[in-house]
Amino acid sequence: MPPKKKSDLAISVEEVGMEVDATDSGSEDEARRRSRNRRVKPQRKVKCVSDDDEDEEEDEAPRKRGRKKRAKPQDSDEDDEEDKRSVKNKGSKAPRSRAAKVEREDDSEDERETKKKAGKAVPKKEKEEKNLEKKGNVKGKEEKEKDAEKNKKKKKGKLSSSSSDSSSSDSAEESLSEGEIEALKEQVEEKKQLIATLRNKPWRMKRRLLMLKEAQDFVEKFEGALGKGKGRKFYAFKVMMTKKLIKFKRDFENFKTACIPWERKIKEVESHFGSSVASYFIFLRWMYTLNLVLFGFQFGLVVLPEIMMGLPYGSIPRKTVPREEQATAMDLSVLLDFGGYSQYSFLFYGYYNNEKMIGLLKFRLPLSYLLVGIGIFGYSLMVVIKSMARNANEGGDGSDEGDFIFSWKMFTSWDYLIGNPETADNKYASITTSFKESIVDEQENQKDENIHLRRFLRVLANFLILWCLGGSGYLIYFVVKRGQMFAQMNKEDLTWFQKNEVEFVMSLLGLVCPPLFETIAELEDYHPRIALKWQLGRIFALFLGNLYTFLFALFDDVNEKLQNEKLIKNATEWALQEYQANYTAYFNTTAVPPQVVNPADVIRGPCWETAVGIEFMKLTVSDIQVAYLMILIGDFGRAVLVRFLNYCWCWDLEAGFPSYAEFAISDNVLGLVFNQGMIWMGAFYAPGLVGLNILRLLSSMYYQSWAVMACNIPHERVFKASRSNNFYMGLLLLVLFLSLLPVVYTIMTMSPSFDCGPFSGQDKMYNVVMDTINQDLPSFISNIFSYATNPGVIMPAVLLMVLAIYYLNSVSKGYQQANKDLKKKMQIARDEEKNRRNNKDSTNQVMKDLEDLLPNKSLIPPPAEEEEETPIDVVVSKGKKSLKTKQGAKQDGVNLERDVSLAAPNPRAPVTHGPRPRERPPVNTRGPLPGPGRGRGRGGPPR
Amino acid sequence: MGNKQTIFTDEQLDAYQDCTFFTRKEILRLHGRYHELAPHLVPMDYTNDPECKIPPALIVNMPELKENPFRNRIVESFSEDGQGNLSFNEFVDMFSVLSETAPRELKAIYAFKIYDYNVDNYLCKEDLEKTLNKLTKEELTPEEVELVCEKTIEEADLDGDNKLSFADFENMITRAPDFLSTFHIRI
Repeated sequence: MPPKKKSDLAISVEEVGMEVDATDSGSEDEARRRSRNRRVKPQRKVKCVSDDDEDEEEDEAPRKRGRKKRAKPQDSDEDDEEDKRSVKNKGSKAPRSRAAKVEREDDSEDERETKKKAGKAVPKKEKEEKNLEKKGNVKGKEEKEKDAEKNKKKKKGKLSSSSSDSSSSDSAEESLSEGEIEALKEQVEEKKQLIATLRNKPWRMKRRLLMLKEAQDFVEKFEGALGKGKGRKFYAFKVMMTKKLIKFKRDFENFKTACIPWERKIKEVESHFGSSVASYFIFLRWMYTLNLVLFGFQFGLVVLPEIMMGLPYGSIPRKTVPREEQATAMDLSVLLDFGGYSQYSFLFYGYYNNEKMIGLLKFRLPLSYLLVGIGIFGYSLMVVIKSMARNANEGGDGSDEGDFIFSWKMFTSWDYLIGNPETADNKYASITTSFKESIVDEQENQKDENIHLRRFLRVLANFLILWCLGGSGYLIYFVVKRGQMFAQMNKEDLTWFQKNEVEFVMSLLGLVCPPLFETIAELEDYHPRIALKWQLGRIFALFLGNLYTFLFALFDDVNEKLQNEKLIKNATEWALQEYQANYTAYFNTTAVPPQVVNPADVIRGPCWETAVGIEFMKLTVSDIQVAYLMILIGDFGRAVLVRFLNYCWCWDLEAGFPSYAEFAISDNVLGLVFNQGMIWMGAFYAPGLVGLNILRLLSSMYYQSWAVMACNIPHERVFKASRSNNFYMGLLLLVLFLSLLPVVYTIMTMSPSFDCGPFSGQDKMYNVVMDTINQDLPSFISNIFSYATNPGVIMPAVLLMVLAIYYLNSVSKGYQQANKDLKKKMQIARDEEKNRRNNKDSTNQVMKDLEDLLPNKSLIPPPAEEEEETPIDVVVSKGKKSLKTKQGAKQDGVNLERDVSLAAPNPRAPVTHGPRPRERPPVNTRGPLPGPGRGRGRGGPPR
Repeated sequence: MGNKQTIFTDEQLDAYQDCTFFTRKEILRLHGRYHELAPHLVPMDYTNDPECKIPPALIVNMPELKENPFRNRIVESFSEDGQGNLSFNEFVDMFSVLSETAPRELKAIYAFKIYDYNVDNYLCKEDLEKTLNKLTKEELTPEEVELVCEKTIEEADLDGDNKLSFADFENMITRAPDFLSTFHIRI
């Protein structure tokens, strides 16, 4: 392919001869000539046939031909035509007459195309000649743009070809010089780059498609040609493979987007409620995937091996329901309280055996249990921090937040996603109020008289809330203590309420306190966004306080159980000794056979780990129940009532007092975060908890999205999605850290139960790791480990870390400073550039694109034609635009009228634009440059 | 699949994918939506690039745009004739720019065009007033509107010509934290 192309080019150079220098004139100029050339074709055709060297035409004809030649390679859309021509050229050295013939053929071909275009235009547009002309102009303009781009490329190519192939022999064309190949490669790369970034270009679709096709053709054409001989094949193969790879990648991308779960659902919610509500669901989905991974770890490395390879149910005491509980072990109420069979199942810590290796695979279950328990935290930390960092990158820095209050409100407050009239109304309202607020802020910036009262109120509010928090903390502590007292009592005597008091009170507090806080917060009279943050913080404190109170009470309980356990352990040991002593005394032998006791009858300790696991399990379940019931009653029930009672009620229920419920994003997110905290804390003691959570998240995705769509109305106070996201993540991180503490504390300090769980018999849980290191790994590793745990090593290591943190911190501060400086510099540079640009034509590519994107007025049907009546601004802008963008297209003789009409507003231009220097240059530059060209163009007779 | 193949050729679909931020499926869905708007005007078969345009009145009534106060401007900005008549190419273009994955720079350009009511490549006071009145459903008093517009220009105008050029606008909008999340339409 390339040789053909090149021969073509060579000929054009040869023929054009003296015209070469003209080639270098502005591309617009050239393009204009080119398109004019088309119009004058019929006339020229005759000329070409008769004689080329006519004296009176000597000025005109060669130029035209040159133009023609130059234009030809540009029409890459007409590749086939080009090919045909080059085939003809290739045969011989292309004598002049032959060239002329070919040219003629081209002309007719070209003409046919113009006709086709015009033909297309005619039925669509008016029959007026003027309009037809305009259409032509548009086409011309489009081509011009692409030509401008092409020209650069072509020129390059032409230069290289004329330098190396001056002889322009066919054989020489076969081999490309190194430099050419390099240049070609560069161009191909350029084109590829263009294809890759095409979608980011602010061009019209049509132009984009054209450019794409062109670039693809170019790449297609020249890619294969690069490399010779042996390398050629390889190169072609490589190219093919990259193509395949791109296709595969694209397919994979398509597949991947199709695989994102609930995308449609979330989109639906988003379109009705705006992005803030959707952010909750996206957070939920994120949480679900996180939990899915955790579940994979937990289930794959702990639960499944124990079920598959461990001892079956009933084989050892820890896997058997005790005799006295067996009667009620299958009762539903017991099972729902996680007693009975579920207590002695794989759901809880106690079920797991302390056998060091199980099954054929010699799976080290205790070790894996510990590592998974810690790995869950490690993984969660990693994921949360990673996504936080990503969010931070995306969000940019909010350094200059105060600079653009009104501008941002004006241009970014409307959420384009909103597609629901109600939401839209709410949004209008909220935007109006936010504007009003800002206006008031602006006006009241100077005067604030009631500062003392407000301060007093804020202090009062905080006092009240602290009081509430303290009260709720105490309440929980009290209830947990009472629960312990109840636990000592006989279970049959207790009512349902007494048994579930703790969960009940905690859920109740979670329900009552947030609205209470909100009411109290009214006193403070903060800006809504700040108020929301306070609110979130307070609810967070409440939840956290509750959780920790619960935990401390639990630890009390655990310590008690540990004491209890010691007694039982002593008792069992004593019993064993007694048994042995008795046996020896009775049978008079020291070989004592092991005691045969049914596993159900063995005396066993309280197994505090399982107890903790059960507490967390219960808490989670009651949390789910309350949340779902609240949605059912608070949202659905309310919606039904409001909807149907409205027919027979004295006031308007929908608009008035109860109305429909709003979707409380902050509460929901916090609920989710705390639920996750509970999972993290409890997962170590109840491996089944993660599975339960998966079910919860899954069902809640469907349930809540249904509830939102069915019975909620959008939030009136819009919680911005973009910034709060990291806020959620921050909360999650905090909760993660706080839930990490108790778990690590128990692992490190508490001694595990002696008769249940994977660590039974050990003094401390982490001894499993130590044993593995000491016994099963090569000795040097244990040596290394013992050195590493030496305080002499740890202290410097900690010191080093502190130093590293300090260093990194100062580095990041330095970067921030540098960032700030750079921003300032950029600002200055931009200002400077702007000043410069004010005095010159727009040089910026983006600006040009913008101009280009202005609607093409010539496409407007006639009614819009009366430019004269429109306000002066528009007229001038139109004039300017057409000057800029249509210079290339309006050189035709027939265009005379239009030029005249354009000229009309011109005299006015200097008057209106006197103070604006930006407008002047185009007028100035237009004068001398295109002048002669147009003059000639007019000279030619119209078609 | 058989049905889909007849709407576009594979090359066309690939080209559209190269030129927009959509996947194949989304482009087909877009065509479906486009067709739905005016079933009698739009052919099902797009393999040979039929020329047809849908008037703005139909497009503006799409549920995605219906509630948008700037719907007319959006459609006008993306149409080649500035009147809002959209061909399929322009239709795809519109939703591509407004899609989630479009880069900030591209979005900024079109946002500028949308808010530029009188199409002079500057946001002057009248543009801002119109924008504001659309946003608030004209609930602000004229004095308030005046104040807000003045403030906006004061904040964002860097070169002191009392109107916002694209550079001013870009400078302002690239720092807006919510621009990316709000300036998109899902289809």
